[in-house]
Amino acid sequence: MALEDLQHNFLTGPLEDIVRWARRASVWPASFGLACCAIEMMATGGADFDLARYGMEVFRNSPRQADLMIVAGRVSQKMAPVLRQVYDQMMEPKWVISMGVCASTGGLFNNYAIVQGVDQIVPVDVYAPGCPPSPETLMHSILTLHEQIRTGEIMKRRHEGRPFHLDATPELWTPEVPVAVRVGTPK
Amino acid sequence: MSEPVVRAAERIEILSAETSEGAQELQRRDATNVNELSREVGAVLRLDGLTLDPTSIDMERRDDETMIINMGPSHPSTHGVLRLMLELDGEFVLRTKPVIGYLHTGMEKTGEVLSYIQGATNVTRMDYLSPVINELCYSMAAEKLLGIEVPERAVWIRMMMSELNRISSHLVWMATNGMDLGASSMMIYGLRERELILAFFEKTTGLRLNLNYVRPGGVAADLPDGWQDDVLVICDTIFARTFEYDELLTGQPIFRNRMVGVAPLTAEEALALGVTGPLLRSTGVAWDLRRAMPYLAYDQVEFDVIVGTFGDNFDRYAIRLNEIRESIRIIRQCIDMMPRGDYRSQDPKVTPPPRARIGESMEALIHHFKLFTEGFQVPPGEVYLAVESPRGELGCYMVSDGTAKPYRLHVRAPSFVNLQAVSLLMRGGSMADTITVVSTIDPVMGEVDR
Amino acid sequence: MTSLSSTAPPGVLTSDGLAADLCCFPTREQYVELVRSFRDDGFEMCVDLCGVDYLEHFDRRLPEGVEPTRFEVVVNLLSLSKKQRVRIRVQAGNEEPEVPTLFNLYPGTEAMEREAFDLFGILFTAHPDLTRILMPEEWEGHPLRKDYGVGRVPVQFKESPGPR
Repeated sequence: MALEDLQHNFLTGPLEDIVRWARRASVWPASFGLACCAIEMMATGGADFDLARYGMEVFRNSPRQADLMIVAGRVSQKMAPVLRQVYDQMMEPKWVISMGVCASTGGLFNNYAIVQGVDQIVPVDVYAPGCPPSPETLMHSILTLHEQIRTGEIMKRRHEGRPFHLDATPELWTPEVPVAVRVGTPK
Repeated sequence: MSEPVVRAAERIEILSAETSEGAQELQRRDATNVNELSREVGAVLRLDGLTLDPTSIDMERRDDETMIINMGPSHPSTHGVLRLMLELDGEFVLRTKPVIGYLHTGMEKTGEVLSYIQGATNVTRMDYLSPVINELCYSMAAEKLLGIEVPERAVWIRMMMSELNRISSHLVWMATNGMDLGASSMMIYGLRERELILAFFEKTTGLRLNLNYVRPGGVAADLPDGWQDDVLVICDTIFARTFEYDELLTGQPIFRNRMVGVAPLTAEEALALGVTGPLLRSTGVAWDLRRAMPYLAYDQVEFDVIVGTFGDNFDRYAIRLNEIRESIRIIRQCIDMMPRGDYRSQDPKVTPPPRARIGESMEALIHHFKLFTEGFQVPPGEVYLAVESPRGELGCYMVSDGTAKPYRLHVRAPSFVNLQAVSLLMRGGSMADTITVVSTIDPVMGEVDR
Repeated sequence: MTSLSSTAPPGVLTSDGLAADLCCFPTREQYVELVRSFRDDGFEMCVDLCGVDYLEHFDRRLPEGVEPTRFEVVVNLLSLSKKQRVRIRVQAGNEEPEVPTLFNLYPGTEAMEREAFDLFGILFTAHPDLTRILMPEEWEGHPLRKDYGVGRVPVQFKESPGPR
C-alpha cells in the first residue's frame, strides 16, 4: 500500500476522533468551589493526587475560558442565580460535574436553604457521590467524563434549539442512559 | 420550543436582576446617608474616643467620581463564596461592604431536627477546615448539659486530634495565602503536608474530612495500633518543613512588601469589634482560650501563646506559622503523656454498646437501636461553651428542653465576627491589598453563613 | 461576683443560673444600661448575640418576677482582664419583638443583630443598617422561628421523620 512509503511520518484517523481526543485531553475546569468539597478539589489538584496529568490543573477563573464546571459544595438559594449565570457564560462545549452529595441531591441538608440538587439549575453530566468525595472519587468521575467525551457526539449543543434564558420551570433535560464505565485494567 | 428569543441586553438585565441583593449591597453615594458613608472612615466604628472623625467623610465627592465594583461571590481570591462590594477611587478603596449568605445552609435549623449523636455530623460541616474542633465544641456543650464526665484518655485523644486539625487548618491557610500572593508553590507544599495529617485521620476515623469523630461521651473509636509512630512522623516532617516555608516566604522581599505594614489593626478596635483568634493576637492582646480559660487538658501541657506587635498582615502570617510549631509541641507531649483507659464514657445513657455485643445480647441490640433512632434525653437547661478554633473563639449556645433534640443550637462562628473587620482594614488600601486582607483574616464561609 | 451585683442597676434580677454561668434577666428598659455597666466594669468584648424563639418551650425555668415572652435575645459578654463570662437574657416580646441596639456600645454586634433580625424578625431600634444578611433579599418569613417549617422535601423510602 502507498502509505508504507511514507516512513511513518503520518497519523490518520477520523476527524471526530481527533476532535474528541483534543477535547478530553485538556478539559479546563472553572473554579466553582463552594464548601468542603472545594477543599477536596484543591487537594486533587495538589501534589498527591495530581490533576495536572490530565492537563486539568489550571482552574480558570474566568468562565469564558473554561470547559468544565465542577460544582463542589452545597448550593444555597442565594447562590443559585449566580451558578446559573456562571454556567451561561461558559462557551460550548461545556460539561458539568456535580461533586458531592450536596450538589447532587441536597445531601445532608434537606431544608429551606439548599437547592436539592444542582441539576435543577444546570444539566449535569457526571455525579460524584461522597461527603466529601475523596480525591480518588473525583478522579474517577473525571475519567468517566473523559469516557463520555470519547464516545460522544462532537457537534451536539447542550441547548439544541432552545433559547438561552432562565426558565420559570426547570428544563426537562434527561441524560442518556448512563453507561457503567470500567476504568483501569479489567479484573 | 416556540418561546420568544430574548435579546442579549434583556438577558443581562434578567440575569443581574436575579443576582441583585437589593438593600444588602453597597449603595451609590447619592442614594445613601451619612451613617452608611461613614464606612469610609472606619466602617462600623463610631464610638466616642475610639474612632476617626466622621466629619472627615468627603460629602462633596460626586457619584461619578467613584466606582462601585463587585468582587465575587465566585472569585478566585476570596476564601469561599464571599461577595465584596468595593467603592473605588481609582486604585484605592473608599468603602467596603461584604455581602454574605451565599453558603447559608440552615444548619441551626437542621440542628433542631437532629439528635445529639447526629448533631455532630451537622456541626462538623460549618468550619470545614477544622471539623474536629466544631464537633468538640458541640459535644462538650452537650456533655455540660448532661453533666457527665469524659474519661482521661478521651480527653487527651480529643486534644491531640484538635491540635492536628489546627495544623491542617493553618496549612490550608498558608497554602491559599501563598496562592493569593502569587507563591503558587506554597499551595503545593501546604496541601502536600496536609495529606500526611489526613492520612492519619483516615486511619483513625475512616474519613479525611468531616470526620464525625468527637461525640458526646468521648470519641467514636480508639486510636489505631502504632499511632505513636505515625504521629511522630507527622510532627517531624512538618516541623522540618516549616523552616522551608520560612525560606520561601518570610524573608522574601516581595512577600514582605505586600504584607508588612499593610492593614494594621489596633487592640481597641479589635476588642470593640469582637474579633478573636490570630486577628486579636496580632494586635498584642495575648488572649488564647487554651491558656486563659483552659478546657480539655491544656493546662497540663506546655505551649506558648504567639502574640504580634503591629497588627498588620505580616504579624498574622507569622502567628499562624508559629502556631503550627506550637501545636507540634503540644502533640509531642500528647504522645508522651497519653493515658490508658476508655475512649468514651461508660454511661449507658449516652454510649452505645460495643458492636461485637450486638450479635450476642438482646439488651445490647435494643439499647443500640434506641440510642441511634430516638437518641438520649438531655435535661432542660442552657449553656454557652467556647473553644479556641484556628480562627478564634468558636462558641456553642445550646438550649435544651428535655427532649432528645436541642431546642436551640446557635454556633458563634469566629469568622462571622472577624469579617466585620474587613471594611475597617481595607479602607485607604489599594485593590491588591484587598486580596491580602481577606486572606489574612482567614474567613471560612461555611461557618460565616452556617 | 459580688462586684457585679453591686454595679447592676436595681430591679435587675441576677441568678446563678443554669449550667453555672452568671445570667442576668433585665427588662427591655434596663437592658442597655446593664450592658453599659458591664462594659465599664471590664467586660471588653461582646462575644455573641443571638435570638431564641420559645414558642414550643414557653414554660422554661426563669427566676421570680421575669415575665416570659416568646422571643428572647441572649447576649454573652467576655472580660479578658477578669477571665469571666456573663450572659444577659432579655425578653424581647411576643408578636413584634423589639429591643434596643447594642451597636453604640459594642460595634461588633452589627452583624449579629442583623442575623437575629433576618432569622427571627427581632427588630433592633437605632441599628444603622437593619437588613437581611443571610437570606436573599426577597425572602419572606423568618426561617428560624418555630412556626416556620424546615422546608424538607419528601424523599422516597424515608418516612421516618427523625428522633422523637
